Amino acid sequence: MKYMDYLRTELFPLFWCGGCGNGAVLGAIARSFETLGYTKENTVVVTGIGCWGKADDYVKTNAFHGTHGRAIAFATGIKLANPSLNVIALMGDGDGATIGGNHFIHGARRNVDITAVIVNNYNYGMTGGQLSGTTPENSKTTTSRYGHIEGAFDICKLAEAAGAPYVARATTDNPVVMQHLITDGLKKKSFAFIEAIAPCPTHFGRNNGMPDAVSLMNWVKDKSVSAQQAKTMSAESLEDKLITGKLVDKECEDYGTKYQKIVESLRVKEASS
Amino acid sequence: MKKDIVSFAMGNEAITEGALAAGARFYAGYPITPSSEVAEFSSIRLPKLGGMYIQMEDEIASIAAIIGASASGVKSFTATSGPGFSLMQENLGVAIMGEVPCVIINVMRSGPSTGLATKPAQGDVMQARWGTHGDHGIIALSPSTVQECFDFTVKAFNLSERYRTPVIILTDETVGHMREGYVRRELSPGEILNRKEPTCTPADYKPYNFEAEEDGIAPLAAYGSKYVFRINGSGHDESGDPCARPDNADKFIRHYTEKFIKNRKDIVEVKEFEMDDAEYAIIAYGCSVRGAKAAMKLARENGIKVGLLQLITIWPFADLEVLEICKKVKAVVVPEMNLGQILGEVIKVGQNYTKIAGVNRIDSQIITPYEILAKLEEVAK
Repeated sequence: MKYMDYLRTELFPLFWCGGCGNGAVLGAIARSFETLGYTKENTVVVTGIGCWGKADDYVKTNAFHGTHGRAIAFATGIKLANPSLNVIALMGDGDGATIGGNHFIHGARRNVDITAVIVNNYNYGMTGGQLSGTTPENSKTTTSRYGHIEGAFDICKLAEAAGAPYVARATTDNPVVMQHLITDGLKKKSFAFIEAIAPCPTHFGRNNGMPDAVSLMNWVKDKSVSAQQAKTMSAESLEDKLITGKLVDKECEDYGTKYQKIVESLRVKEASS
Repeated sequence: MKKDIVSFAMGNEAITEGALAAGARFYAGYPITPSSEVAEFSSIRLPKLGGMYIQMEDEIASIAAIIGASASGVKSFTATSGPGFSLMQENLGVAIMGEVPCVIINVMRSGPSTGLATKPAQGDVMQARWGTHGDHGIIALSPSTVQECFDFTVKAFNLSERYRTPVIILTDETVGHMREGYVRRELSPGEILNRKEPTCTPADYKPYNFEAEEDGIAPLAAYGSKYVFRINGSGHDESGDPCARPDNADKFIRHYTEKFIKNRKDIVEVKEFEMDDAEYAIIAYGCSVRGAKAAMKLARENGIKVGLLQLITIWPFADLEVLEICKKVKAVVVPEMNLGQILGEVIKVGQNYTKIAGVNRIDSQIITPYEILAKLEEVAK
């Protein structure tokens, strides 16, 4: 299948605002499906709630549109009940890293073979630009008019600390790299996490002096440092930087495989008794 | 030859065995007293049957996982108690609106909040009915013996599959932890219902096209089959696509209630004891049935002709059966370990026909036969 065949192009144009990064991420995912030869039948796209939670509207594969923050939990059941499925959970930063933060860290720790993509646009877009768990300190949102006084999550560090075997960060100004990182995550037989940094000019940008996609993209570009570059930089100079690329890629047997070993050992025991 | 096994077990074990006998092969849950034995037995039994057990990070994730597993075609269940059941209300709505079969065991304990964590209560009756937001119908069954724990759990799965709905087992600490003999029956294939699967071409499949079906229940495919589909917890049309049209919303939200009304006869179940000559009736469910049975005998020894109506299904409420009894007897007594959650339903149905009184305890102590007897004697005066 060609990547456009995974998408319901009859519903285009996408309902997301001009300058939004969601379309670029969706395109990268569809291209990854093509690269890996996924079929509509063996793939399930699980979404949460929010702007990015509407992504399942545009896919032709199986889909599950559940509740805010719970996509990983639904995906866990879908995958473990039928391990032959390719299961990808799509969440926003409010969705996956704020209300769904607990499912996210336990998903990373538990290591079920699913891929989670969090599109981080630094605020709640769908509800009108309120602050989320990734909103940078001092920035303005519709619920932090005088400047945000909380710290922000680095979701990739969170995933790494929780034990995720695969962690990557990509930005929408480099969709080809994003596609490769998503493809590798999907290929990996373990919990894989990709953070996709995306502009939200309508809300986050407008409230912070970057009312168009270009200025937001430049803001992200200026903050971005590749994982390779970062190795040569001091901790001090990396402060407030976004380290992009593959951040964790380690071998770690997934839950389903380990569980199946228990099932097999019990079968052998039963047969020999 | 079918193998029936007689065993001495606690209610929570019989529930687990009932689920497995009904074909459940996926459990996701979070430990909570007094339901944890369901998780423990499941974690031992399921891997031996090639099924999946997983302990999740909370009850929100637990019910999400069983809904997901069911969408992948595997009969699934979870078990919890009041505080966990509260957390499940959000995704219970997903199972209702997404029309995904699953079974939720609520071994009720004293509330509200953490309450008296190890003590019995029947305080979640209305939460089971209305706990998740929005209009909807629900099925809830309440066992009073260890045998019923097994039998009703089988029935719960069958109703869940048949009507594409979450089904709740409302049991309580008393029944869940009580040990009795029961027959772990080997079910014949005819006793196990499975969801209706689509027979159309994949291109024609619409997972929510209930109007095209005589019984008003659309077939449900499984992820990974030749049918590609979307489960949607947001307002959707027949295809599962989002739809905010008022006429569509009206049709579907009514459907979540009407499918139970339409099939009421097949769903609602009660059991009558000595009602033929009864002048007074007890209406009871769950652990309170036990005291009610003894009270009925004591009353009859004292010359008061008492019968008992046991509600096997609490929801949908057995209004027609209750009405019939209210029309027939001089008074009805409703014992329950709450401040009158089913009593209110009985009053709604029968207040114009008979005297109705409750026997209510919320002090974590089960209702004794003598308390029910005293109320019977009072109304019989």
